[in-house]
Amino acid sequence: MKEQEYINDLKEIKDIMNRSSRFLSLSGLSGISAGFCALVGAYFAYDILYNIGYNRTIIGQKKIDALVVIGIVTLLAALGSALFFTFREAKKNGRTLWDLQAKRLLINMMIPLVAGGVLTLSLVEKGFIGLAAPLTLIFYGLALVNASKYSVSELRGMGILEIILGLLATQFIGYGLWFWTIGFGVLHIVYGTYMYFNAKK
Amino acid sequence: MKNLLNDLNKAFENKVRLGIMAALVVNEYLDFNSLKELLGVTDGNLASHLKSLEKSEFVSVRKEFLNRKPNTKYSATEEGKTAFTKHIKAIESLLK
Repeated sequence: MKEQEYINDLKEIKDIMNRSSRFLSLSGLSGISAGFCALVGAYFAYDILYNIGYNRTIIGQKKIDALVVIGIVTLLAALGSALFFTFREAKKNGRTLWDLQAKRLLINMMIPLVAGGVLTLSLVEKGFIGLAAPLTLIFYGLALVNASKYSVSELRGMGILEIILGLLATQFIGYGLWFWTIGFGVLHIVYGTYMYFNAKK
Repeated sequence: MKNLLNDLNKAFENKVRLGIMAALVVNEYLDFNSLKELLGVTDGNLASHLKSLEKSEFVSVRKEFLNRKPNTKYSATEEGKTAFTKHIKAIESLLK
């Protein structure tokens, strides 16, 4: 009997350590919904690029403006839907969404993300548009690897894959949208599905 | 066998105290309310266990003001971390 008590103690200790240091309300559904938004966004972006014969024609300011609008709408939709499912998961488990762990996760994710975002913007402004896709993928991957220490461990594997994809994309400038679609769309859906079914067990 | 039992620390016999230490070992610090929420105990219960851990110098306390509200931060001392690890190791080898 004493043995069972000790085993229960150890289990409880492990649970407390996990719950107190990591943000665990990320549900696989948030990944799937974000990936889906990325695919829809990519479809509209592809439409614009394809119509003007990407690779051959110089992209005009009007097209760039349209692409930026698509990018922002996609980002907001992805963030919103991911937040919605995270909120639902937190509620289901009786946890508060905005706690110490959430703050820590957000801060540590934002550091590489903001650094990469500013760098990408300043390079795009100087005309290096082709570098936008690889750089955003690499820095998003770094942000995920960093965030994995404060959240579910699956983020680490996904981050590493995003970094590899970003580095690969530097060799195929001009196909940025394809890498973007794989990185932000397909990978999110694949990992989201994996997390969703893993958490159920 | 005798040795193993000696490594079990009396200070951690209580579940709440064990929980407090587990949470503080993996966090730089936690405030009173996060600890309370995490362990699901009452104010008085938590306070008395924290006090006893403070007395055995396993936990250190820092009082600060956050927007004029008092905010107490608890962290595990080096001594507390060592004692906790030793205690867990003793339980683990006891189970083997």
